[in-house]
Amino acid sequence: MLEAYFPLIIMVVFGFAVAFIFMLLSQWLGARRGTKEKQTVYESGMVPYGNARERFSVKFYLVAVSFIVFDIEVVFLYPWAIQFKELGIVPFIAVLIFIAILFIGYFYEYKKGGLKWD
Amino acid sequence: MSLTFLFFGILAVLAIATAVICVSNKNPVVSAMALVAHFFMLAGLYLTLQAQFIAILQILIYAGAIMVLVIFVIMLLNLGDEEKLREKTKYRKILASLLGIGFIAMLCSVYLGGGLGNKATSPMAITIGAPAALGKELFTNYLFAFEAIALLLLTAIIGAVVLAKRKVD
Amino acid sequence: MANETILMLPLYLIGFFSLAAVGLDPLFSKNKKVIYYLSLIGLLEAAISAGYALYLHTLTPAPNIEISYAKNMVSTGGMAYFFDILFCLSGILILLSSPRYFTREYKELSEFYSLILLSVSGMMIMAHSANLLVLFIGIEIMSLSFYILAGFIRIRIMSVEAALKYFLLGAFSTGFLVYGIAMIYGATGTLTLSVIQLSIQTNTINSLYLTIGIGLIIIGLSFKAAIFPFHQWAPDVYHGSPTVIAGFLSAAGKAAAMMAFIIIARAIFGGLSQNNFVKDLYVDVRLVLAVLSAATMLIGNITALVQKNIKRMLAYSSVAHAGYLLMGVVAANERGWSGILFYSTAYILMQIGAFIVISLSERNDEQNLKISEYRGFSKAHPYLAAIMSIFMFSLAGLPPFAGFFGKYYLFTAAVETGYVWLTIVAVISSLISMYFYIGLIIKMYFEDPDTQPMVAESGHAVLALTLSTAGVMIFGIFPSLLMDIAKIFF
Repeated sequence: MLEAYFPLIIMVVFGFAVAFIFMLLSQWLGARRGTKEKQTVYESGMVPYGNARERFSVKFYLVAVSFIVFDIEVVFLYPWAIQFKELGIVPFIAVLIFIAILFIGYFYEYKKGGLKWD
Repeated sequence: MSLTFLFFGILAVLAIATAVICVSNKNPVVSAMALVAHFFMLAGLYLTLQAQFIAILQILIYAGAIMVLVIFVIMLLNLGDEEKLREKTKYRKILASLLGIGFIAMLCSVYLGGGLGNKATSPMAITIGAPAALGKELFTNYLFAFEAIALLLLTAIIGAVVLAKRKVD
Repeated sequence: MANETILMLPLYLIGFFSLAAVGLDPLFSKNKKVIYYLSLIGLLEAAISAGYALYLHTLTPAPNIEISYAKNMVSTGGMAYFFDILFCLSGILILLSSPRYFTREYKELSEFYSLILLSVSGMMIMAHSANLLVLFIGIEIMSLSFYILAGFIRIRIMSVEAALKYFLLGAFSTGFLVYGIAMIYGATGTLTLSVIQLSIQTNTINSLYLTIGIGLIIIGLSFKAAIFPFHQWAPDVYHGSPTVIAGFLSAAGKAAAMMAFIIIARAIFGGLSQNNFVKDLYVDVRLVLAVLSAATMLIGNITALVQKNIKRMLAYSSVAHAGYLLMGVVAANERGWSGILFYSTAYILMQIGAFIVISLSERNDEQNLKISEYRGFSKAHPYLAAIMSIFMFSLAGLPPFAGFFGKYYLFTAAVETGYVWLTIVAVISSLISMYFYIGLIIKMYFEDPDTQPMVAESGHAVLALTLSTAGVMIFGIFPSLLMDIAKIFF
């Protein structure tokens, strides 16, 4: 049964191998002439200031959590979507309710400004 | 089955190795990256268990979405001095490793107590992990649980908004 | 035979109203009264429909049989409806007492109602679970709402700390719970509780998996119910979270966790009792539970003795009460189960009542919370002091209050099943607990006040206090009112 995944395994192994080999090659073959300017942090051409370890705003976190929640919502729809016709009307209504409940969540978050960046 | 076993062995060793890196590394970002690698190995292990859909979810949800959150949290906490976080007390390490050994012993006893591996894979088990079969179960027998999950996710949304967004005045 | 819709109506109603509360919350951000009354109506309707379903259920020829619906996911036993009403009642008590408290202390109210409704719906899903998966989802909805409620006041560092501790430890304990459920699935090949019971009876199980599974589930649920040695989060969380919410977490949350204990224990013990009890499991689970229960009451009560803060004192005492409740699971007979039902009711009434009284005298960000500040409370506020004394007497387990009969039923259940030593420990720890409960009453009545404690305008909290006091008194004087109902479920 695992034979069915053989192409997948080949692809994963090949993908990793290519990436790894290119990294090694650039390490070996590339020219390395380090100057003081080259060693500094790259900041789009500007002279970097301050500490790189700035504290992130909690807003990022809110976005990430919203993403996870709606990502999980979508994941629950996959098994339904691929056999939508076979499953019939009851699961269809169930999925509608499911989406409606999460839409209330979306509406709530939207109204509370959870999706705004201010 | 030797190919499956080989596959399983490689993945298992890599999974344990990445998990050890994740726990033992001082740099939280390296730990997080090791965790991503660990999730990929776990996904592979799920494949050997014929749980195809779960394997995809492992990558989609854990390695994708949840790791983003983990990285955000690491940046949010702004762990400058990792040294400060180091466990000073020795006895906790000893206690933790004792508990870990106990846990491994428990798992071994489960293995030796019979059960694991003596059941032949039933024909149904091969297809049950595919999204279609999973969907059939989820949308007939587990329909109530499916709707309850929606309430759980709704609570999560409220939690995120309440704890992260609300204006403090 | 009542039809399925009526039997499932409590769940539908509470789900519908929690969704309505969430959806309407941002629309009525100016006028919070709308959501307040909506939530109250929702809880009331759910309670009434549960009461009606309970009534229908008692009419059936065998009211102790549970019928499953929704493909064996939802059970509609009498116990489930009983707890439905209980959870709705605790939600109503909290709702009645909190708006004034929050607007006075923190000027912050949004989302509170939705979270209370969502946590109550989580508990009701737990109550109706006929499947370990549904039970787990219910526990998670409840716990998630609790984490948010504990950290509801984001500007207060104590509240945030409480939420973080609660969340981290709670999430960790959830891991144990899931692992235990997985082990039980491995042992029996199913998640449906009735099938689990059947396969244990017919001995088609792997008993090693089952033993480990039960152990892990006990760990997971002990965290949720704050049972020794997993009780250490309780004082910090109950102390840190806003007072009325602490009452809700400690009373309703504990009752829900004990109910999960009953649901799982009935399936497993029910199967085992018709089997060879000790032979099948590698450990005597009831003995383990008995030891946990004894340790919980002793630790809880002894630690409560030295507390200076009244919220911490009640938190430790709530740990002790989890120990008493666990005695019913140890007994694992009809008397034990119905004893838990009775004691949960009494406990919810008195614990929430006590926390409401505290919330009324609390001032300016956690002032007036020291026990010493309750000196001479009766001089300034005779009614509140009298009500508080009733709750304290009841918590201590003195007649003629509900707490006494709850303890009485649980203690006799333990004696009946041969756990005399556990009962002796329970009596001793009750005696220890007298010291701090009665100590508070003595402080309120027989000591002179240092400063005159202020009491806030109570608003609807009066109604909540009246309800809970009346309940504690009525079930104390006529315990058979409640006990006769509780008995027929098992």
